[in-house]
Parts: sequence; structure tokens; C-alpha cells
Amino acid sequence: MEINEMKKMTYRDAIRLGMTEEMRRDDDVIFLGEDIGLYGGAFGLSEGMLDEFGEARVMDTPITEAAIVGTAVGAAATGLRPVCEMMFMDFVTMGMDALVNQGAKMHYMFGGQAAVPMVLRLPAGSGSGAGAQHSQSLEAWLCHVPGLKVVTPSTPAQAKGLIKAAIRDNNPVCFIEHKMLYKMEGLVPVDDEFTIEIGKTFIERPGKDVTIVTYGTLLHKAIEAAEFLAEEGIEVEIINPVTLYPMDMKPIVESVIKTGRLIVAHEASKTGGVGGEIVARVVESEAFDYLNAPIIRLGGLDVPIPYNKELEAAVVPQRNDFVHGVYRLLNRE
Amino acid sequence: MIELSEEILLRMYYKMNQARFFEEKVEDLFEKGLIYETTYLSKGEEATGVVSCLALEKGDLTSLTHRGHSQAIGFGLDVNMMMAELLGKSTGYCKGKGGSLHIADVENGNIGANGIVGGGFTLSCGAALTQKYKKTGKVVLCFAGDGATNEGSFHEALNLASVWKLPIVFLIENNLYGMSMPVSKHMNIENISDRSASYNIPGLTIDGTDFLEIYDVMTKSLRYARAGRGPVLVEAKTYRYNGHSSSDAQVYRNKEEVQKWQKKDPLIRFVNYLHENRVFTDKQIQTIEDEAKTSIEHAVEFAMESPEPEITTVLEDIYA
Repeated sequence: MEINEMKKMTYRDAIRLGMTEEMRRDDDVIFLGEDIGLYGGAFGLSEGMLDEFGEARVMDTPITEAAIVGTAVGAAATGLRPVCEMMFMDFVTMGMDALVNQGAKMHYMFGGQAAVPMVLRLPAGSGSGAGAQHSQSLEAWLCHVPGLKVVTPSTPAQAKGLIKAAIRDNNPVCFIEHKMLYKMEGLVPVDDEFTIEIGKTFIERPGKDVTIVTYGTLLHKAIEAAEFLAEEGIEVEIINPVTLYPMDMKPIVESVIKTGRLIVAHEASKTGGVGGEIVARVVESEAFDYLNAPIIRLGGLDVPIPYNKELEAAVVPQRNDFVHGVYRLLNRE
Repeated sequence: MIELSEEILLRMYYKMNQARFFEEKVEDLFEKGLIYETTYLSKGEEATGVVSCLALEKGDLTSLTHRGHSQAIGFGLDVNMMMAELLGKSTGYCKGKGGSLHIADVENGNIGANGIVGGGFTLSCGAALTQKYKKTGKVVLCFAGDGATNEGSFHEALNLASVWKLPIVFLIENNLYGMSMPVSKHMNIENISDRSASYNIPGLTIDGTDFLEIYDVMTKSLRYARAGRGPVLVEAKTYRYNGHSSSDAQVYRNKEEVQKWQKKDPLIRFVNYLHENRVFTDKQIQTIEDEAKTSIEHAVEFAMESPEPEITTVLEDIYA
């Protein structure tokens, strides 16, 4: 097999492939969640996995998020490597004690005893009319908890490489997958040893005029904006942290030193969002002296996600918000 | 009535005395200002903590409560390392980072005491799932208090353990109060074991001051879980002599009630049994008590002489 051999597949299939490869590789990896077996997962992500791995490893649970997360923590601390799925990221609120008070802290508060190698898969984001309790992007909550790792893939290749790295990691990893990306197609490395390093920030598109830091669906809107702006001779550098916590700031700081202009963007509510943390770290760094303009923070409106399609779209930043942001930073408006 | 060997009786009495002396020493150290946090003492609950653990087999696991010193001693934790942890020393179980609420010995099967009431239920499901998946034949003993059985996690864990037939014995130490709230006000049932009916698992209520009944029922319950028949819920009615924590003025109960329970003190009942059955001579009994006391005095010396953790360790062990 060619190491660089690629196959076209969806983001959803890439996550499934990554999980499947890891379950074939390591018998300690088990998968638990609601309706993941015969039903194949609420989003069809685990179709076929029950057939391959059986009920002992693909475990349908009752509707019991607190017990799913707690069971994963307890199993991880005693020798398994559980992957568990919250049907929607919003439901992680029901499992927060086990995640925040138990899993995230065990290794530290027990003085280095007990590793908690688990993955919590969290389908997030708006854009499907699912309303206020099925559309949230709660990553900032998780990024506030030392001991957790928080990652989010934005492409099929990242989805495969990152879920594999998350399963191999010896810590609780919150794997946030955007529901609106499930059908996105892209080239994915076939190599079953392909992983994406957790804790490493990636430059998605090089440029010299403005730095945009973003992830998830907004990464694609930023790329569209960059392509549009390129026609006008404006070169936008797009950076995708991939690991939201703990974040590798070096490429971001270096980029801002180069461009002097920064836009941070995410779908999650702006107040208390991850973007604010990125901005704070940039202004604390040596990049502060290189800033040529105020920083722009694009984020979701501070409202619950509404149901109506137009209202829902109005909550999150769009392609033109990036375009206008770049114009503003370059004094072209 | 069950018959117990001299060997097991000796271990029980020794550890129950260790637990009693441990708590008395902790009380003393706290009053002297040597313990940083507050303390949740298990005096009065030595039988449930110690005896149930002695019914375990080697390799079985346990999850402890915030009132977990007797449980930890019963499970076989080292009193030196426990005391050192309470004093925040680098030689403690958690290198001074956990304190009393987080005493753990994961390698040996103690997946941790817990500062969250009800926090251990679902963790125990996970630990039991590992045993079932890996076919180890080991069982998890999950301790909890009466108050914890009103948490959602209790019901989610019992349901999951039941449908998945996980090898767990849930032992509820019902000490009649959830902090200040009497059981009669925090639930509308007489016996917590009745809650087992909702999950179609065995539920038993026992006298938590009677070591023989505890050992008998726990042995049978553990055997049931070990056989792959699913979880068991055991409720042991007991009493804590101290307040909930060291800052508790105990306005919710009177001295007469405490004295009534002290009359059936688990240690007194134990020593009466030893006398009545002429198991050990008075001298032997005295020796057991003295050795237990000495072990705790040594634990205090060990803890006091141990170094504080280096400040640089504050950034260690965030990730495995």
C-alpha cells in the first residue's frame, strides 16, 4: 500500500473508518452510546460496526448520559479505552459530573495514578433546524477544564486522523464533530497508521495580509472568503487550531507577527468563547507590538439557537462577515 | 449464625480498631490545626467500612465515599500513606494533591474516594464493565451514603448495572442523615434497599453495627455478583458519631440519640462477641488494640516527618 494513497469519503465515513481501524488494532477499545448498534447511530455514523464487532464492543446504552460518561471514566481508569457518543453535544450537560469532576481530574488529584484514556464524541453545531437544545457549540465550557483535551476536525482527513489520535491518547479527549460537516467529502489517507497530532495547530492556507483563526464550519466559510479576496490580491492566512485545548499558540503568534492583522471566528456564542482566549494570548505575546489594527472577533450571537432557518443563519458568522472583516482591517471599507 | 475463623476475626478487630484510632487521631490533629481541610469522620461506621472489604477477594475493586477512612483501611490501604495524604505530604497516596476526599490506590483496585456525593456509582459501573469485558471474575464494591441515593447517578447506575448484569455490590451506609437532613425527610421510604425493586435486583437491609451480619450478607452478595447474576443493593443502617464535617454544630440531632447508638457501638459489639465466644484471651484482645493504636501513632510520625511536596509539582500530572 502506498503511504500517500488517498480515498475520497465523507467526514462521517472518515470518523467511522478511524474508529473501526482502532477497534481492529486494539481489543481494549469499546464503543458505547445511545442507538449506536442496530440503529447505526442517530446520524448513521456507526452503521455496520455492530456487525463487525458485536454487542460486547458496540454497546447500546439506555438513555443515560450521566452513566455513559461515568462508565467510560471508570472503564478507562481500569484498563479499557472507551469511546462514547453523546447523541448531541448538548447532552453532555447530563454527563458533566463524570467528565469534569471525575475523569478530567483523576490523574492529577490522585497524584499521577490512573490514566483515563477515553474519547467523548460530541456532535455539535447549528444549521439543521434542530433548535436550541440540539444545536449548541459548547467547546468553551470544556476548554475551561484542566485535564481534558478538546479537539475538533474540520475536514474528512482530519476527522480520521484525529479520532485515531484521540483513541490512542491516554487522557479524556472531547472530540467535537460538526453535524453539518458529516456529508462533506474529501480525500482521506488510506494508511491505517495515519494520525493527526493532538496539540498541534495547522496552517490551512498561507497568506501575508490578514490572519484568520477559525475551525469547524467557519473554516470553510473563511476559505471561501479567502478565495474571493485572493481575486482582489489580498492574501489571507487561515489557521485552524484543531486542538482547542490545550492550544498550540506558536503558529498563531508567528502569523500575527507576519500579517499584523487578526480575525478569530467561531460559531459558538461570542461571550466567553474560545476566540476570546486566543485574542488574549495573542495580545499577551510578542505579537502585540506587530498589530496594525484592532483585532476582530467573530462569534455566534449571544442567543439560544433559534428554529427558523433565517433566524438560525443570522446567529452565526457567514462568508461575508469574513470579507468585510478583512476589508475593515485593511481600511478598504 | 456464621462461624468465622480466628484469623479473620483478628484482622477485622485489628482494622476496626485502626479505623477508630485513625479517626480519633485525625480529630486531634484537626483541633491542633495540623489538617488543612475539614474532616469527614467515619467513627461509628467502622464495621460497614472494614468488614465489607474483608469479604472481598484479592483483585476485587472498590469506590469509596467522602467518609471513607474506615473503608480505605478495610480495603488494605497503608495508614502511613493515608495519614500523610491528610497532612498534604509528598509521601501521601496522592502526593498531597488529593487530601482525604480523594484517597486512591488505583493499581490495587481502589478507584478512589469521592468528593462528589453519588460520584462513585457510575465510575463503579465502568470498573465493573472492565471486569466483565476482560472476564477477570472480579467484583466492584461501591460504597455510598443514604443521601447519595437521591442523586440521579444512583438510579442511572443501578439501571445500567442491572440491564448489563455488571458485577457490583452497592453498599449504602445509611447513617440516617444526609449532612443535616434526616432520612425521613429526604425520602419517603423506610428502607433504601426497597429501591432495588425498580431495577429488579436483590436488595437487603442489614444492621451496620453487626459485623457478623455484614460479613455474611456481603459474602453472599459478592458471590452473587461474581457469578455473573448482576448487581446487589445492600443497605446497612449505621450512625456517625461526629458531625458531618468538623464545622457541624449538629443542631439537627440530640445527645440522647448519639448515646443510644453508642450503646451498640460496632467495636463494643465485636469485643463482646470475642469475650462471649472465648475467641481470644483478654491479653490477646489488649494486644490487638495496642498494636492497632501503635500503627496509627507511627502513621502520624511518618506523616509529620514527611516532606511537603515541591512547589514545582503543582504543574505535574495534569495529563497522563
